[in-house]
Amino acid sequence: MKIHEYQGKQIFREYGMPTPRGFPAMSVDEAVEAAKKLGGKVWVVKAQIHAGGRGKGGGVKVAKSLDEVRARAKEILGMQLKTHQTGPAGQKVRRLLVEEGADIKKELYAGMVVDRGTQRVVLMASSEGGMDIEEVAAKTPEKIRKVFIDPAQGLTDADADEIALGIGIPQSSLAQGRAVFQALYKCFDATDASLAEINPLILTGDGRVIALDAKLNFDDNALFRHPEEIAMRDLDEEDPLEIEASKYDLNYISLDGNIACMVNGAGLAMATMDTIKLFGGAPANFLDVGGGATAERVTAAFKIMLSNKKVKAILVNIFGGIMKCDTIATGIVSAAREVKLNVPLVVRMKGTNEDLGKKILKDSGLPIISADNMGDAGKKAVAAVKAKTAKPKPKPKPKPKKKAPKAKKAKKAKKKK
Amino acid sequence: MSILIDKNTRVMTQGITGKTGQFHTQTSRAYANGKACFVAGVNPKKAGEDFEGIPIFGTVADAKKATGANVSVIYVPPPFAAAAIEEAVEADLDLVICITEGIPVRDMVRTKYKMKGKRTLLVGPNCPGVITPDEIKIGIMPGHIHKRGPIGVVSRSGTLTYEAVGQLTELGLGQSTCVGIGGDPVNGVKHIDVLKMFNDDPKTEAVIMVGEIGGSDEENAARWVKANMKKPVVGFIAGVTAPPGKRMGHAGAIISGGKGTAQEKLAVMEECGIKTTRNPAEMGRTLKSVLG
Repeated sequence: MKIHEYQGKQIFREYGMPTPRGFPAMSVDEAVEAAKKLGGKVWVVKAQIHAGGRGKGGGVKVAKSLDEVRARAKEILGMQLKTHQTGPAGQKVRRLLVEEGADIKKELYAGMVVDRGTQRVVLMASSEGGMDIEEVAAKTPEKIRKVFIDPAQGLTDADADEIALGIGIPQSSLAQGRAVFQALYKCFDATDASLAEINPLILTGDGRVIALDAKLNFDDNALFRHPEEIAMRDLDEEDPLEIEASKYDLNYISLDGNIACMVNGAGLAMATMDTIKLFGGAPANFLDVGGGATAERVTAAFKIMLSNKKVKAILVNIFGGIMKCDTIATGIVSAAREVKLNVPLVVRMKGTNEDLGKKILKDSGLPIISADNMGDAGKKAVAAVKAKTAKPKPKPKPKPKKKAPKAKKAKKAKKKK
Repeated sequence: MSILIDKNTRVMTQGITGKTGQFHTQTSRAYANGKACFVAGVNPKKAGEDFEGIPIFGTVADAKKATGANVSVIYVPPPFAAAAIEEAVEADLDLVICITEGIPVRDMVRTKYKMKGKRTLLVGPNCPGVITPDEIKIGIMPGHIHKRGPIGVVSRSGTLTYEAVGQLTELGLGQSTCVGIGGDPVNGVKHIDVLKMFNDDPKTEAVIMVGEIGGSDEENAARWVKANMKKPVVGFIAGVTAPPGKRMGHAGAIISGGKGTAQEKLAVMEECGIKTTRNPAEMGRTLKSVLG
């Protein structure tokens, strides 16, 4: 789970990490109020969205008077902020953070994640702050210092000092650097964070070490023991379809293509997306219905997939193990009826009660395209989209009956025309 | 022969009284020698009771002492699962297979730390389990799609493993042992560990390795294969289409910092002499093509 910078800084402060003083603002007036409360002569107005790269996108501005604070807040609040992480549509700015200006002498970087190789938390720090750290890692890896933290000891003084000196924190500020890194680890560990990043961490003119930014992500699996983190969730920042899916325990992620897919299991779902791509199509989503799919959940899944207007076909790929194919088939039939399915549906079904499942689909009379294996399913879904988009469509059209040769014979006298 | 488990393995179920634990203990017991293999259950509050004739003990140590069980399978809910693994490790079992999905990463970091220097092997968490066809099934995979034979299977995913197994079986290629190592970033045995075991297993003639985006375990395994493996290995990596920064279901399946892409993994695997396929429907046939 992601949170905003201002929330991250609140948490940082609880662990004793120095941050600039600042207040969140939901409106222009609140932004001006915040600046007044802070006092001083220089303020920074920062867009609060969950994506990174806000500065480059024009979401971070310096103001040197209260009028300027008002003007900058007006510009930023409500803007569609585009960064390399938001996608081309950008993200609407609904919250601001107004902070006191900082006297930046040097910009550094500090980050923390769980390292899979060593299976420990790793602190990474660099003298090259403020930049895209991935670029630093790629071009000048020697400028990134790392320490793998022993979970029993925590971040030791010696390790913290070595990192601090290694990234150019002077001896006179060493105690502060050490304190920041140790507080960061304490915070990371106690909050069950999956990522903590301070970019930039700054050294000020008077030798202080301050977290000028705060990016904190939490481990979704640990949220059950952190109600205070759940309370920070900002649904405005999340894809409404993903939120809807989570209500049904469906694991859904929107993508850019036009072939929706519903699969059981994350690995198989990724492989199904790959198959679509392999045959020249593009997946509209990742959707894992999980092991215990019921007719209700399948229906919810169909509704979610179809609320994406780009979708031109649906591919269902089920490998029934514990989940039985007939259960899924029943779910598909009722879902297709309920949502009045108007795009081609390709179903590949394998495993437990496969024959029964296929029979249910066939007997339903729905124009379902059946596929023998994943590859076949991918090909058929891509072909169905091509057939659908090739024809010019003057009017909203009825069901694409043609694409379902297999269902024809079982079709009941229920055709509407 | 096989790796990790066979018909002589004696298993205890930690979390035998929960719905999931009950269901899968039943199906595992109904498979091949399951009746003789599943000998104990563990639940601290229900010691002295039984589940369909399987005695329940208060601790792993008690269960081991009373029944000789040397392997445990865990269905304990996520908040308590890491502690369950630790208990099994403390009791010096040979192998712990943790099926539980959704264990906090911090818990696993601590558990792995405590496991250092201990001999107990961990498979999982967040995995389908391990099966040696026609001998024993420990986990949630559908037994009937498997067939005894010479192919080793190792995979990070559940249903994608079944997919690979299903294809092999359809082609008449049976499996020696199938190991689901799980989709979490901090876990027990990795591809490389399982490949070493298959290399040493006289009954395994070739291996199919199924991976996912995220981390560099597949690359490490591939380099080891190049230097040491005496048997052909084929592979598939799921997630060519996965965008960076999006977690694809499994906590471990995420491309971060431009690392762990499917393309990169496939390239390294091919460099190391592992035949790969881009088409998941071709995993079985790809394996068949490398058999002498």
